[in-house]
Amino acid sequence: MENLNPEIRNQIENELLGTVGRRYRQETFWVIFLGLVCAGGTIAWVIQLRKGLGVTAMRDYVSWGLYISLLFFFVGVSLIGALVSCVLRMSGAKWRYPLIRIAEAVTLSAIFFAGFMPVLDMGRPERLYFLITHGRIQSPILWDVVAIATYFIGSVIYFYLPLIPDLAIMRDKLTDAPMWRKKLWRWLAMGWEDNLLQRRLLKKSMLILCIVILPVAISVHTISAWLIAFTLRPGWNSTIMGPYFVFGALMAGTAIMILIIAKLRHGYRLEHYLTPKHFNNLAKILLALTAFYLYLNINKYGVPAFKMAKEEKAVLEDLFYGKNAFLFWFTQIVGLIIPIIILSFKKIRQSITWVVAASVMVLLGALINRYLIVVPNMLHPFVPIQHAQHGYATYNPTLIEWTITASSLAGFVLLIILLFKPFPVITMWEVIEEVEKRGEKEIGVENIVNFQNIPGHAS
Amino acid sequence: MACGNNCSCNNNNAGNQDNSRRDFLVKGLMGGIGAAFLSGCSTNDKAKHSDGEKINVLTHDGKLVTVDKSQVANFKPHISEEDVRKGIPGKKFVMVIDLAKCDGCGKCTKACNKMHYLPKNKEWIEVIEMQDSPEVAPYYFPKPCYHCDNPPCTKVCPVDATFKREDGIVAIDTDRCIGCRFCMAACPYSVRLFNWTEPVKPNIIETTPAAENVFQSKKGCVEKCDFCPHMAREGKLPACVTGCPMNAIWFGDANEDAVTCYDGTTTRLSQLLEDGGAYRFMEELGTEPRVYYLPPTNRTYNAKEIKIEKE
Ligand code: SF4
Ligand code: SF4
Repeated sequence: MENLNPEIRNQIENELLGTVGRRYRQETFWVIFLGLVCAGGTIAWVIQLRKGLGVTAMRDYVSWGLYISLLFFFVGVSLIGALVSCVLRMSGAKWRYPLIRIAEAVTLSAIFFAGFMPVLDMGRPERLYFLITHGRIQSPILWDVVAIATYFIGSVIYFYLPLIPDLAIMRDKLTDAPMWRKKLWRWLAMGWEDNLLQRRLLKKSMLILCIVILPVAISVHTISAWLIAFTLRPGWNSTIMGPYFVFGALMAGTAIMILIIAKLRHGYRLEHYLTPKHFNNLAKILLALTAFYLYLNINKYGVPAFKMAKEEKAVLEDLFYGKNAFLFWFTQIVGLIIPIIILSFKKIRQSITWVVAASVMVLLGALINRYLIVVPNMLHPFVPIQHAQHGYATYNPTLIEWTITASSLAGFVLLIILLFKPFPVITMWEVIEEVEKRGEKEIGVENIVNFQNIPGHAS
Repeated sequence: MACGNNCSCNNNNAGNQDNSRRDFLVKGLMGGIGAAFLSGCSTNDKAKHSDGEKINVLTHDGKLVTVDKSQVANFKPHISEEDVRKGIPGKKFVMVIDLAKCDGCGKCTKACNKMHYLPKNKEWIEVIEMQDSPEVAPYYFPKPCYHCDNPPCTKVCPVDATFKREDGIVAIDTDRCIGCRFCMAACPYSVRLFNWTEPVKPNIIETTPAAENVFQSKKGCVEKCDFCPHMAREGKLPACVTGCPMNAIWFGDANEDAVTCYDGTTTRLSQLLEDGGAYRFMEELGTEPRVYYLPPTNRTYNAKEIKIEKE
């Protein structure tokens, strides 16, 4: 396809820039609401810091609880950036272009909170710097710290690089913005002139980063899985943990991605750019991942269940028909089997509502699944619990724990929203370039000639 | 020399058949450390030393002399951070628990709690009831830290706060622990405890580095059975051993091949293990505990009375 008519190009840019700094009622409401939840969580955290971890329900048997479950969840979700920017790139999926920045924002926010959760869980957070001054490189925790930090930095760079040309567009177009913003854009755009050399360099660095970041992303989650797989405990002592975590993570990340673009599509009026094609394609990926995850689950639970060895027995019985049976079967049936059935039908897959519904189920299942990986195993150690004091042989998270957990999830969403605020949600230059090269259909955006009247947008 | 005991540790190679329990005991006295325990690490540890009481002291030139207790200065050697991390030179501490003798009275736990200023709800050595299979008779099973030779707990510690010493002890430095509780997850025997809230501090002042403190509880840090290294430095037995009236717990040095129990009986470790058909708990995990168990044959108590708590 030839170059776009400058007018249409202008229109696209204006439209996509429309979300920058713009206030939306609903969004403001959410920001305030999530902010309040975070404030509540901060208060709870201060209480926890002052009184010690005794304010949680964790005790000597269940020595890890919601916080570590959430750590695994966040580390997992952070893989979505690598999936969209690397895996889809390598598989040549062109429809990924409008999704890249959204995925990277989710990644950044998730990895930030993934780094934060262990601090919440520490008995002595003020000694955090010991990890540097006294760090023991043999310990998987240190590997995790290094991997999370590397991935965080990598993700920041990956968020920034494709932003440069967009910043240049903002610098050139949004001339009536406040002075400090213009200065900031100019500074961040680093003298981007959109010439061939610059483009070539940018693309090359993005390619290199994409290749580098994939193994880092996978290692981050594999190491998190190893935190539990490296112990001898029944249920954890398993070689499947690495892949089990990684694929569970990709699944949860895809579900979150679908939910976020569903929200953005209407909230930011991006119907032209986030189209049913994206939902359909993401739904296909989600279907493949849920099916594979079910397969991994059968291996993880089915193989030991057949043998029913002495140690595993207690954990498995707890999950299959014990106290945690409801949650366990919920994750398997509502979290996996029903979404698989729903998404298997092409017709249903093409309906955004259904895809969103399936994603909600998958996401809920994935969240609960993290909890089920951590807690029931701790309640069934090798030496069965005896003479336990009150509250030691069970785990019912306290209000403080729930508040901190909820506020971490709220903070995660809030940070994503805040990352969307100062920049266009969709990578303008790449989408325009690819539309020029391959046409709208492949990128998944709507026919550009129809772009004219978008209600609710400044032009 | 880093050793707090100023002793002749180089004599203690494992193969040395001449080593006797006596050697182990005497060492603590060398260099004028005033510790009266040659007379037995027995019950009357607490007895007041009246004036004129004689004790045996080994002089620098290797002679054993009997002097009045008042003549021996209460000398405590300075123990540095490095000493604590290395452990007591030349030693390899080992424990043997005789399940045939343990009648579940829990006095070891009480003695331990007293020694370490632990509240009732903390048990560094826990006596649980065990039943290997439904039809066999249950037995009591004291469970301290096993001070594993291949310790899963120290392998995972990110800051080297819990570490394996050369004398076999797995210690915790509560000045270092960041409270991540990875070691708790890693210990397959559920031995480690955590200070979820601020512990009640006893009114004592300790000058030794944290890992050899008597009082080890610190908010936000882990703790567990430490084999009483502060006692071992003085050549004394751990609190649980001197607290077990059934003589069920033996403690000693594998290098010397000697272990001692409550009533002061010292015996050859290898002989005890061989005669008693000793085993280590869950050997299949490969953790290589330093604690041996003698199986509960010919029990001294009525096994039928034991009630096993069901979950
Ligand atoms: S018993 Fe547990 S705490 Fe003690 S050394 Fe072994 S693994 Fe570590
Ligand atoms: S809780 Fe303390 S001793 Fe245990 S692994 Fe963490 S830092 Fe090390």
